[in-house]
Amino acid sequence: MRSIVYILTALAVFGLAFWAYRENYATQQVLKETQQVRRDIGAAQVRLNVLRAEWAYLNRPDRLSELAEINFDRLGLLPLRPDQFGRIDEVGYPPEPLLPITDPVDVSTMNAEGQP
Amino acid sequence: MIRTPLRPLARILPARDKGENPDAIERENIRKRHEEMQDRARSRAESRLLVLGVFFFCAFAVVGARMGHLATSEAVEPVASATGAAIAAQRADITDRHGRILATNFETHSLYAQPPQMVDPLAAAEGLVKVFPDLDKERLIKDFTGKRKFVWIKKRISPEQKQAVHDLGDPGLLFGPREMRLYPNGPVAAHVLGGAGFGKEGVSAAEVIGVAGVEKQFDGYLRDPANGTKPLQLALDLTVQAAAEQVLYGGMKLMNAKGATSIIMDVHTGEVVSVVSLPDFDPNDRPQVLVEGDQSDSPLFNRAVQGVYELGSTFKIFAAAQAVDLGLVNTETIIDTSGPMRVGGHPIGEFKNKNYGKISVSEVIVKSSNRGTGRLALQIGTKRQKAFLGALGMFDPTPFEIVEAAGAQPLLPKRWTDLSAVTISYGHGISTTPMHLAAGYAAIANGGRYVSPTILKQKGPQYGPRVMSAEAALAARQMLRAVVTSGTASFGEVPGYAVGGKTGTADKPKPRGGYYKDKVIATFASIFPAHDPKYVVVVTLDEPSVHTYGEDRRTAGWTAVPVTAELIGRVAPLLGARPDVEPGQVAGITLTSN
Repeated sequence: MRSIVYILTALAVFGLAFWAYRENYATQQVLKETQQVRRDIGAAQVRLNVLRAEWAYLNRPDRLSELAEINFDRLGLLPLRPDQFGRIDEVGYPPEPLLPITDPVDVSTMNAEGQP
Repeated sequence: MIRTPLRPLARILPARDKGENPDAIERENIRKRHEEMQDRARSRAESRLLVLGVFFFCAFAVVGARMGHLATSEAVEPVASATGAAIAAQRADITDRHGRILATNFETHSLYAQPPQMVDPLAAAEGLVKVFPDLDKERLIKDFTGKRKFVWIKKRISPEQKQAVHDLGDPGLLFGPREMRLYPNGPVAAHVLGGAGFGKEGVSAAEVIGVAGVEKQFDGYLRDPANGTKPLQLALDLTVQAAAEQVLYGGMKLMNAKGATSIIMDVHTGEVVSVVSLPDFDPNDRPQVLVEGDQSDSPLFNRAVQGVYELGSTFKIFAAAQAVDLGLVNTETIIDTSGPMRVGGHPIGEFKNKNYGKISVSEVIVKSSNRGTGRLALQIGTKRQKAFLGALGMFDPTPFEIVEAAGAQPLLPKRWTDLSAVTISYGHGISTTPMHLAAGYAAIANGGRYVSPTILKQKGPQYGPRVMSAEAALAARQMLRAVVTSGTASFGEVPGYAVGGKTGTADKPKPRGGYYKDKVIATFASIFPAHDPKYVVVVTLDEPSVHTYGEDRRTAGWTAVPVTAELIGRVAPLLGARPDVEPGQVAGITLTSN
């Protein structure tokens, strides 16, 4: 009986040691991955910053106005003027299509002359 | 285990036969057995001692080895858990009111040399001069072949230049990372942004510090690592700012002015949506401060907040508004403006020695009569006038948040006499910046409450203390509107925007006293729409002069006013202000309440 207890205890120690060993390495692996991901995020942020700066640089007002001038033939862009404001009821919407006639009614004009 | 008997018969019986004592055999056997037991116990104890000894040896060996390892290895922070988000160690961005970038950071490299590591210093120097034509070859060779161990070559290089230097292949040429401040819009809003330079420099990093404008004013905020991802949001609107600069530049050239400034300010929040000062500069490549001559000729000079000028007749509306506020007059009260008028022994004249006769307060403003506002000022009195202008913030530097503003102290008379009161009522004898004027007009425009101009985006109206009654402000607005519809600023009419404003033309003072005859500061301070003001627009031209209808004209009505009209026509739609029909006076209905 005692020897069984000893054996089981020894096995439990082995098991726990193995588990601790595995956990240790798993933790280290996760930490390494986290660091890598963080480095990637940092690099992506730097890249994003550069892209943002470039976007701002390409959209600088001087360049846009120059582009508008160069492409005036195609786009015809002019500065916004006060007379370009309109009201919503000034917008010409296309007329709504007529509903299809499903039950035609025959209309006779025979008695029309007699009516007032 | 075979247990040997203590009295084995095989020995007992022969011993009995011989007459010996068999007990001796038993004792003998007991002794032997004890000896055996002793030996066993000893060997067991010895082996236990050995195991224990080995165990202790191993334990101490491990402790010793660990101690040795800790003592000889480099210290590393224990990595028990993943740390929080990485700190963005760079300067925060600056954006406009819609989040468009005005200033950001850019990764570049610096170039330095370590001559002891160089393989061929002469070839390296030659190669460097090819990449950077501005470097001095002799100087480089002297540095590389001398005793120096470290030489800075370039503070900032582009990626292409870096590659070119890399291709030279000399191991003594090294690169360090450098973060630089980038202003992608070039000279747009240059005076507000200011600029940035390097502070303390090391090989692997350099401190970026603001040198002017908001970069310097908010240096602490921008450098705080906790704000790395929180940009500083300004009240400026990039589109409006660019359009205003374009219009003002055109206006400055047309009016032959040497400088110009414009301010567009929200009358309720105090947000300065656009502030332009021309000539300007590129903050990416900030020019040097002038070492001789007048600083106001430098492009670095911000006329809007640093230019302390006598702003002339634009101040008349303050005298009129205060007189109405105090109940001394109303807009229809008749004032005798006929001359001659002498105050403290000095004659008070009109523009071109005109004589307007007896006219109403409203007409005093419309015709811009010096004697008219002078008489109002005498009625108000020096004490009350001083208190009123003080409440409008005319005596202190503006609270506008760029470093230059704090240094612009208005110039006031040392003794506030009756003569000062009269001249100040038409804007002479007091020198303020256009920003002061904008704040004063904003108080009239928003119904009589002071708002301090700010460069930061605000969440809502920022009303300060009341400086005049709402009725007085309304009367002042009506007078300002009349100046445009039938007065000196008739070129200021922009259909749909009901501009109201007051012109001001002041002779420029000579540095050694006295005034120039042919150099003026022309100002137009305006509000729009006059019936429900949203924005104050102040335009000031420095030394304008146009030749129209056979005459050289310098007055604001011919110079600053048309520029302002063009500016409002261009900028108001961008601000989302739709043109509106001005509510007219409905015939037959008059306000009868008190």
